This record gives sequence, C-alpha cells and structure tokens, in this order.
Amino acid sequence: MDHLDELEAESIFILREAKAKLDKLAILWSLGKDSNVVIWLCRKAFFGHVPFPVMHIDTGKKFPEMYAFRDRYAKEWGLNFLREECPPLEATDPTLPPAARSAARKTLGLKAAIQKHGFEGLILGIRRDEEAIRAKERYFSPRDETGQWQLKDQPPEFWGQYMTSFPQGTHVRVHPILHWTELDIWKYTRREGIPVIELYFAKDGKRYRSLGDQDITFPVPSRADTLDAIIAELETTRTPERVGRAMDHEAEDSFERLRAAGYM
Amino acid sequence: MRAIHALPTDGTTMPHTSGAAEARPLRIVIVGHVDHGKSTFVGRLLHETGSLPEGKLEAVEAMSARRGMPFEWAFVLDAMQSERDQGVTIDTTQIRFKTAARPYLVIDAPGHKEFLKNMVTGAAQAEAALLVIDAAEGIQEQSRRHGYLLHLLGIRQVAVLVNKMDLVGFSADRFGNVAEDFRAYLAELGVQPTCIVPISAREGDNLVRHSPRMPWYQGPSVVQALDSFAYTSLPVDRPLRMPVQDVYKFDERRIVAGRIEAGRLAVGDTVLFSPSNKTAKIRSIEAWHVPAPPREAYAGQSIGVTLDEPIFVERGEIMSHVENPPVLTTVFKARLFWLGATPLRIGSTYKLKLATTEATAVVEAIERSIDTAELASLPPDRIERNGAGEVVLRTKRMLALDEYTANPRTGRFVLVEDHLPVGGGIVSMEGYPDQRQLVTVRATNITQVGHAVSRAARAARNGHKGGVLWFTGLSGAGKSTLALALERELFARGWQVYVLDGDNIRSGLCRDLGFGPEDRAENIRRVGEVAALFADAGFLVVSSFISPYRADRQRAREAAGEAFHEIYVKAALEVCERRDPKGLYKRARKGEIKEFTGISSPYEPPENPELVVATDALGVEDCVALLLRYVEEHFRV
Repeated sequence: MDHLDELEAESIFILREAKAKLDKLAILWSLGKDSNVVIWLCRKAFFGHVPFPVMHIDTGKKFPEMYAFRDRYAKEWGLNFLREECPPLEATDPTLPPAARSAARKTLGLKAAIQKHGFEGLILGIRRDEEAIRAKERYFSPRDETGQWQLKDQPPEFWGQYMTSFPQGTHVRVHPILHWTELDIWKYTRREGIPVIELYFAKDGKRYRSLGDQDITFPVPSRADTLDAIIAELETTRTPERVGRAMDHEAEDSFERLRAAGYM
Repeated sequence: MRAIHALPTDGTTMPHTSGAAEARPLRIVIVGHVDHGKSTFVGRLLHETGSLPEGKLEAVEAMSARRGMPFEWAFVLDAMQSERDQGVTIDTTQIRFKTAARPYLVIDAPGHKEFLKNMVTGAAQAEAALLVIDAAEGIQEQSRRHGYLLHLLGIRQVAVLVNKMDLVGFSADRFGNVAEDFRAYLAELGVQPTCIVPISAREGDNLVRHSPRMPWYQGPSVVQALDSFAYTSLPVDRPLRMPVQDVYKFDERRIVAGRIEAGRLAVGDTVLFSPSNKTAKIRSIEAWHVPAPPREAYAGQSIGVTLDEPIFVERGEIMSHVENPPVLTTVFKARLFWLGATPLRIGSTYKLKLATTEATAVVEAIERSIDTAELASLPPDRIERNGAGEVVLRTKRMLALDEYTANPRTGRFVLVEDHLPVGGGIVSMEGYPDQRQLVTVRATNITQVGHAVSRAARAARNGHKGGVLWFTGLSGAGKSTLALALERELFARGWQVYVLDGDNIRSGLCRDLGFGPEDRAENIRRVGEVAALFADAGFLVVSSFISPYRADRQRAREAAGEAFHEIYVKAALEVCERRDPKGLYKRARKGEIKEFTGISSPYEPPENPELVVATDALGVEDCVALLLRYVEEHFRV
C-alpha cells in the first residue's frame, strides 16, 4: 500500500463507522476539491453508492463555474442532492469583521438546514493542515445543543474507536479526510481522475487555491495550469493554502470565533 | 494564524522529488511534563530543518514585539489566542517537517495533567515518541505518566531528550544523573529507550548537528535519532483478522465490509466468523473504480467481500481463517489506563468497544491499581483518573478477541461510560481458557464422536489442562523417583495424573520389543503416542524414560503437540554412577550390559528443554517443589 492507499483506507473506515453508528447524516458539499474527494471516497466505501444526502449551503455568491460543476455532477454521480439557502447578511453577528460576517451567513444557513432536515450529523471535508484550529479537530466531533464546539474539552479518540453515541440533542461532525494534506488531495484527485472546477487552474498568471464566495475569495499568483503543475507547485511552496480567504486574516481570532459558533 | 504545512528549501534537507513512490510521513509524538520545553523544541526543530512557512518566524516576532513580550520559539506553535493567554498547549496539533531521510508528522501532546486524554489521543496515533525532560528540574510527574502511557499505548520506539542543558551549564554529570534515573524508571516498565540525547531546544544544541558545547556527548543528534526510527509495519504476516464493520445490500450484491487489521485473504479462502462460528468461502473481493477486481487483500486495506453462502453475519464479528481463529471468551484480564472522572471500581459496568463489537462489561476484580506518576501500587479497590491497573473484565456476550501480544489490533479495547471513552486497555488471557471448543460443540451438535467432549471441557472439569511431562535423563538421574513423588503430590491435589515408565509399558504394550536400537526407538515412539492420548483425555502424563535420542523425543513432541513439555532431569554421569540404584552401571562397566547409555551408548541432552531439574544440585524435595510450581503455572486452568 502506498501513502494514498493508506489515507484512502483510513477514510473509508471512518465513513463506514459513521454509516453504521449514526442516523440521519448528510455530506456537506462545498463543490471544492476536498468535498469532491469526500464524495469520491463514499463511492469507494459503499461500492459506487453515496448513501447520504449531499447538501450544498448556497450563499448565492459562488462563481458561475462552481454552479455549473454542481449541476453537472449532482446528476452524473447520481447524488441525492439538496440545496439550501443562507439568510441575508443582516442576520449575522455585527461585531465580526466584514469578511467573517459574510462567511457567518453560511453558518446560519447550515444551522437552519440541519434543523429543517433533522440531521444528527454532517460529514465534512475539512483537513488538519488547512488551518491551526482545524488541526485540533477529532474525526468524530460532537457539538452541544447550541451548536457550540467545546474545543477545550473534546473526547479522547484512540485506537480507531470514535465517539459514536451521544447525549440527546448532540450534533456530530464527521471528518473523514482530517488527516489528509492539500498535496494528498491533489495527488489523489490526479490518481483517481476526479473532476475539478477549472478555477483551480492558473489563467493569466493566477489561480484559486481555495474556493469560497466570489467577494471574499481571491486568486494567488501561479502558473500551475494542470494537475501535474499544481502538484509540483505545492511541493515547493511555503505559502499557506487559505491565503486567498479574506475572513481568515482580519483578526487573530476570526477563524476561531467562526468555528466555535459552528462554522465548518 | 495558520497551521504549518510547508516544505524545506535549505541545505539541511532533501529536495522533494515527485513521481517515484515517496516515503509517507513517520508519525511522532512529543510528550513530557508541562514547561519542560516541548513546544520550544518543536518550534526550534521546524526552524532548524527549514520547515517553517514563509514569513512565519517574522510574523511571530512582530506579534511578540507588539505585545511587548520577548520572542519564544513556542509562540510559533501557539497558534491560538486562548493558548497564548494561558501559556500552555491545550490540545494535540499536527505539524509537518522533513529531514534528509524522510517527512515527519509531529503530534505535539500537552503536558498538563488535566489534558491526559489529549495526550492519549495524540500519542495513540504515533509510531515513535520523543519524551522531553528538563535537565534542571529532572524527572517530574508527567514524565513518568507519559512514559507509562506510551508503553501501554503500544509505542515501543522512544527517544528521551534531556532539555535545557544551557541552564545546567551543559554539565555531563547533570545529564548523566537525569539519564540514569529515567533509564531506571523505564526499565521497570520493560521499556528501553532508543537513545537519550542532551539538548538545548532554545539554543538549538544537538538538534540537527552535534553541539560543540557538549563535546562529551557521542550519541546521535535528535534528527539522527528520528531517522533511526522504523515505520510501524502492518501485521500482514499475522493470522487474518477482519472485524466486520457492516453488511451492505445497495444492489444485488451482499457485501461484508471491514478493514483487515491483520493478515491477508484471497478469493476462494474459507473464512470463519466469530463469535457466531459460521463459515463460508470468499466468492469475490468487491471494489469500485479499480482496473480489475482484486483477488487478494492485505492488512490495512478497507475492503468488502461477497460469500458463497448466504449466512447471516453482522457488525462486530471477526472474520478469520478456520486455522488460527481469535479467542472466544466472556472473561479476560486487562492492563488499562483510566481517564474517567469517576474512578473505575469493582462491580462497575461499562460499555466495552473492541474492534467493531460492543458489549456490556463488568469489572470482576482489580488485581492492581497503579499511580503512574510514582509507579506505586495503590489499594486495589479502585483505579483513579490518570491511573492505571490490572483488572478482570467479564461480559455477558461471548467476545471474539486476541491476546494483545498475539494480535494487538484485536487485543485492545476502549471502555465507555455515559457516551464518553473513559479508559483503554490491552487483553491478556493468562489463566483463562479459550472457550471456542465449548462453544463449537454446543453450537453445531454434529461434531465427530472423537470431539463430543472437547479438550477445553475436560480441562474445565479437571481444573487443569492435559499434557505430557516428558522426563529425560541418564539412568540414576532420578527420573522415576521424581515422577512418582510428583504423581503422589498432584493426585493429592485432585489432579488427573499418571506415570508411564518402563515397567508398565514393557510388560504389555511393548512386550514384543527387545533392546536393540530399532526396538528402543519403536518403544519410545509408542510411549509418545500413548502419552499423547492420555493428554488428550485430560490427564497429566509423567513419562519416565532415558530416551537418549533427540530425534525420538522430537517425534514424541510431535505426537502430543503443544501439550508436550520436555523436562531434563539432569545429573552428572559420575553422580549417577555413584548412585547406581540398580547396580546397572557396575554391570555395564564390566561389559555385562551392551549399549548402556552414558557408558557404551550416547546420551543426547535436550537443546531447549522446557525445564531443567538438576538433581545433583537440589534435594528431592526441592526438585519436587520446582516441578509442582512448573505444573501449576502451565497446566492449572
């Protein structure tokens, strides 16, 4: 088994644990490279099937390429697809910096969708290497009744035994690719031939490394216009992945506040 | 602030090459007492190996200046606001770096006592550990706790870093004292550190290259120590174990899914599911989006199989081959660590999770309770939070499991209370029989006549296993004396025991045989077969024959299998000749007896006997006591 095989086997194990132990799960699909890999891994784990609804929380501000991708692959992959809308900006915490406030719309939209469908848990494509606070996550991460993440009092997780039963009212986040890196994602995408949105490829000397809302996501200088070129670029870069995500950089604790409140 | 994911560019590290199958990161954990310098060490190591993201160092320096604090290497890691405020690392974070040899994934575990569950979470993922100790403060509570837990978590590769050598003037003596103390502590746990390295994390001494300030230290630098660690290999060569995660029926296929935790399997193999005890053949290995359906699968892979028969199988069972199945039991011993806020007590009930199975488990006994900070024994009525101990657990449901030493991944478990994991342990079956035989008979009811009463059932009734104590030694060494004394003692204790010796064999079973070499070999062969039958019938057989040839004894061993124990009753030839209870040596010396062992015919002493009883050094009583202890230890159920 090579490194990608090991990562894949671990993720499949986690997805199957989630399926076996939790009811009413949904996959959160951001349309980006990571959640595409999660959907792909589901098809691996469940022999071509995706046995959970796949939900897109739509801010209405994504790039047109992202919507085109979503509509095509929701059909092509035979997904049980759900689209949910976000409330207007006015509904968010006014003390947050502007970009974080924009991102917080998604948190509210997500909370409403969870309530509407009665989901007990969500499967998300976050990774430890993306962001320092995400590095603290567990594979199975409980949220209390208010949706809060008790960062400082997380359950222990060892020997492939996850917290899979919860007090009434707990909501759980499952993170099957927590242990992957950005480079792993691209190498796996290349190996498996997973389709990606063309915004990731360089055009006129710039490309997107991470995709979010149009108004708070910015391309970074790059010449990488193929998968091979992206992988080569990442193998030598020392620039962090989310450099183009405005909300991360407004204040030292922006991201932590977003996460604690239920952001992905 | 962001996580560190970057690759080195300076001369101390190897440039990354794409294409070729590359090394995966080795997972290491950094543990130790609070404030002994773990975060400083990691920050400095990232810098020394050129692994910090661009601008990170400058950003942290600027941040320190803005806050009016002197720069510290630990700030590099303390990415969170709350952490900086508290000044401690509260959880495990993951950081990557590379040396010339390979990439690493660092799990930085917290040193605070309250965060032991986070330390366990971090350390359980690691393949090797660095344990940091402050040279000035020396060994502290968490140094010992972490040392103990690493061992229990199964991490065998441990390098100890004696940090802050700059604070003790780079003193070789001080280092020597700390190193010796800790080595002694680890030795008590049965742990031998890979190496003990004196360092100054803050100043970078002995991290990558040898420090000129400690010329007296000749051992490896930290990076050399790291590069000497081995990857934890998947147990492909152990018996097959695939805990069933689920059974899927998304389409016309009925797929049994799970991760292979040990061993390998191939299409066509007959597999056994435990504890339900059902068998079937592997019809196919299913996979999606692969060039060709796999024919084989190995430890580490998450797979799915279809079976040739529609047997009912469910989550929690362990799939194995028919040979080498897991142990079936409702009771076992465990060494465990405890994280629960409420102490573990005798009679308490927990949810036990082992591989993919769950069962209700009761603490039947606490045999030891250990304060891991001092390695002291506590009164065994409870195991406190952050403590450890040895317990006996009993479940209502039959469990399929393994001894930890035989198959770690199916020999460890987690205890859950009120939804929370509160403890982890490793299984020992010492003193408890495998209940598979009992179950097999009851479950199928169609077994052959010869197996209607199982070996385990006999052992359970007798209170001991059957077996062969094969006494070998020169004439006059004391075989018969000891055999008869042992028989008397064991019989008095209620054992099913029987002595086979020359007289009761030669007069019947072997009366057609003479004393030529072939006949002697045939004599021993028959004795071996008879002893094996007695052992199978549940008896402890003591056979008392010179049996001078290794090959003959080997044949007897093969007849009885694992039940065979070779006991070398040993005395020097001169001693035997002086004793000469039957006057045989005298006659042999006179040439009246031909081919007499030791005089005119060789005696081949055992190469690896299970036990040696030196009758020329011990009195008869001591010899019998030694034998009794051995028997109690190996045959008592």
